[in-house]
Amino acid sequence: MGAMAISEGEKRLLRWHLYIAYIAIAVGILFGLLQVLSRARLLPPMPWYDYYQGLTFHGVLNALVWTTFNIVALLALAVRASLSRPLYSLSLGWTGFGLMTIGVAAAGYAILTRQANVLYTFYPPLMAHPAFYLGATLLIVGSWVAGANVILTYVAWRRENPGQRTPLMTFGSIVVFVLWYIATLGVAIEVLFLLLPWSLGLVKQTNPMLARTLFWYFGHPLVYFWLLPAYVAWYTMVPRLAGGKLYSDPMARLAFLMLLLFSTPIGVHHQYTDPAIGQEWKLVHAFGTFIVTIPSLLTAFNLMASLEYAGRQRGGRGLIDWIFRLPWGEPAFAGATLSMIAFAFGGISGIVNASYNVNLVVHNTSWVPGHLHLTVGTAVTLTFMAMATWMVPYLTGRALWSRKVALANMYVWFVGVMIFAVGMMRGGLEGEPRRTNLGFSPYLLPEWMPFLVMAAIGGTLMFIAGVLFLLNMAMTIWFSRQPAQVEVPISDALHTAADAPLAFERWRVWLAVAAVLIVISYTPVLTQVLQTSPFSAYGFLPSNPAPIR
Amino acid sequence: MVQDPFERVAIFGAGLLMTAFFLAIVVGAFGLGIRVPTCVTDIPPFDQPAVVEVAPGQYVVNVVAQMWLFNPREIRIPAGSLVTFNLTSKDVQHGFKILNTNVNMMAVPGVVNRAQARFDQPGEYLIVCHEYCGLGHHAMSARIIVEPRAAGDQGPDPARAVASALACWAR
Ligand code: HEM
Ligand SMILES: [Cu+2]
Ligand SMILES: [Cu+2]
Repeated sequence: MGAMAISEGEKRLLRWHLYIAYIAIAVGILFGLLQVLSRARLLPPMPWYDYYQGLTFHGVLNALVWTTFNIVALLALAVRASLSRPLYSLSLGWTGFGLMTIGVAAAGYAILTRQANVLYTFYPPLMAHPAFYLGATLLIVGSWVAGANVILTYVAWRRENPGQRTPLMTFGSIVVFVLWYIATLGVAIEVLFLLLPWSLGLVKQTNPMLARTLFWYFGHPLVYFWLLPAYVAWYTMVPRLAGGKLYSDPMARLAFLMLLLFSTPIGVHHQYTDPAIGQEWKLVHAFGTFIVTIPSLLTAFNLMASLEYAGRQRGGRGLIDWIFRLPWGEPAFAGATLSMIAFAFGGISGIVNASYNVNLVVHNTSWVPGHLHLTVGTAVTLTFMAMATWMVPYLTGRALWSRKVALANMYVWFVGVMIFAVGMMRGGLEGEPRRTNLGFSPYLLPEWMPFLVMAAIGGTLMFIAGVLFLLNMAMTIWFSRQPAQVEVPISDALHTAADAPLAFERWRVWLAVAAVLIVISYTPVLTQVLQTSPFSAYGFLPSNPAPIR
Repeated sequence: MVQDPFERVAIFGAGLLMTAFFLAIVVGAFGLGIRVPTCVTDIPPFDQPAVVEVAPGQYVVNVVAQMWLFNPREIRIPAGSLVTFNLTSKDVQHGFKILNTNVNMMAVPGVVNRAQARFDQPGEYLIVCHEYCGLGHHAMSARIIVEPRAAGDQGPDPARAVASALACWAR
């Protein structure tokens, strides 16, 4: 591996993506802390703090900025390393980075000046400053450019290596970006054709149901855009970090492909409680959602088998002894594996959300943020933190500042999120609404208090872990004097790619199948929405019940 | 008063023209049935009193969500009632969750949502708005009061629809 060493220019491009991600999560978790405290009545009213402004920052900076910049850096590096080939174009890379960063700055300006207190889902007819929508557009377009750079790298490799099988690391990364192009189509249409002209005053009225539907066409594959990069790390890096091998390479490819096909045509499972969409199509999307449990269970099996193999390689015997042989003292391994455990709970709670009428119990209660901090908030986030412990040294050439701090970061976050998630989810079952500054709510029920306090304790631990992470990264970047001696960890497989059907790499065919599934599942939904919901909603500022006419 | 015949023609003609305009509007609106958008509380079912008993023991409740309250804020029904909720929003998106029931839906302006529940247990049911709707979102709630049936009472209470005349804020 690594016939062609990565250039300084490539390293600089990728590490700047990480720096923006770290600035984003620093602000993001600060507001997370304020949220848990405010909800539990542990925060006095403070004139500078607006819960919903903070929550908009929290959602945008954590779920959109921290994730996207990490994903671009991790996957570009994964493709670069597994193909042993330079990135297609540095200037294309910087163009993508520049567009995304300008977009974040524009949206950030709108949120900072309280002209975009609309949360990260920006449902109309709540209206934000045009800079917010423009910023979102630039972030998306920038990510398209960054994705193009990765895909063109692959295309160039394919031309140089006809007939050769794509390494799994690259295979998974390409799936992520292809999925991203399919998904962002929905939100791009929503923002460019509905929201931007409307916020500029070019049209006065808009269609909130259509906007919701386009948003969730994007919103569900969005969660796989977050999650699949973690899968790439789990499948192709963690077995190596554990001192073993991936159990089955072909099975991993099957999981990636299934997620490519089935994660988009099921977005209506976020709209079970919506008007304007018929029950029958909600049910179809519910069934579609359950198809996704197959690749998830395949992944659970494959990863567990890989870990067991590694544990036995390290001398583990018997039924559970191998678990203790794994390198739990290595931050990269520990963080990623704790992420998988969190994801097991995230997946199970997700099945509750997906279950059609069971969703009525939990929809828009604090159960949902409880669930999503196990998935994007930990499975993905803690994996990125774990990978940063070798990626930042690799990209800066400076050794990790402190392994102990890194370990504390991983374990404290894990313990914190487990407490936080149980508090949020139990509270949700008792009816706590989400997206709500409950501490200042006149109807706060006394039976919610223990769960709100529990979430506050867990959330505070997560915040402390996040600070440890940022401290460790800052010290590594600025003060570490030791040279780094790390390589990109690339796992071998027990059952190798040679067994994978060649058809797995027929991208055009899979794209066509994905398109057909989307047309089948979304044509009736969009027809119903367009037939029943008018373009009649004037905009509203979050602070004023009078419409903007 | 007006001496000049031309002036008289002008005034009379203007009045006639105005009357013609009125007639045209009336014919257009009611004869041809072309209506302009109106306040949601003018449109069925939201023009009805909020709580309507449609059959013995069966109620329809027409709820309008708006920044930052539900209309009606309080719904009274006897225990054992089967209640259908029609829900819409007058401004932005809202949520509507009745605690300890399976009623959970979104209020989206321009469309009507619907859900049904039976209330057998007397007591108070909290309704919360669970979709962010602006500044006062965390204060947005309503209540359902399920009243116990009097002893020996066979059927449900006589109709006690609380007519809550809604004033569109715009007027
Ligand atoms: C210190 C760590 C964190 C704490 C204490 C925290 C706390 C919270 C709380 C209490 C909520 C619910 C607010 C409400 O519904 O009223 C929330 C929402 C959310 N959080 Fe976090 N969080 C943390 C980190 C993260 C991370 C790392 C991510 C993602 C990468 C994330 C993503 C989200 C998202 C997407 C929402 C939903 C926002 C919305 O409803 O608009 N959080 N967080
Ligand atoms: Cu989803
Ligand atoms: Cu609300």
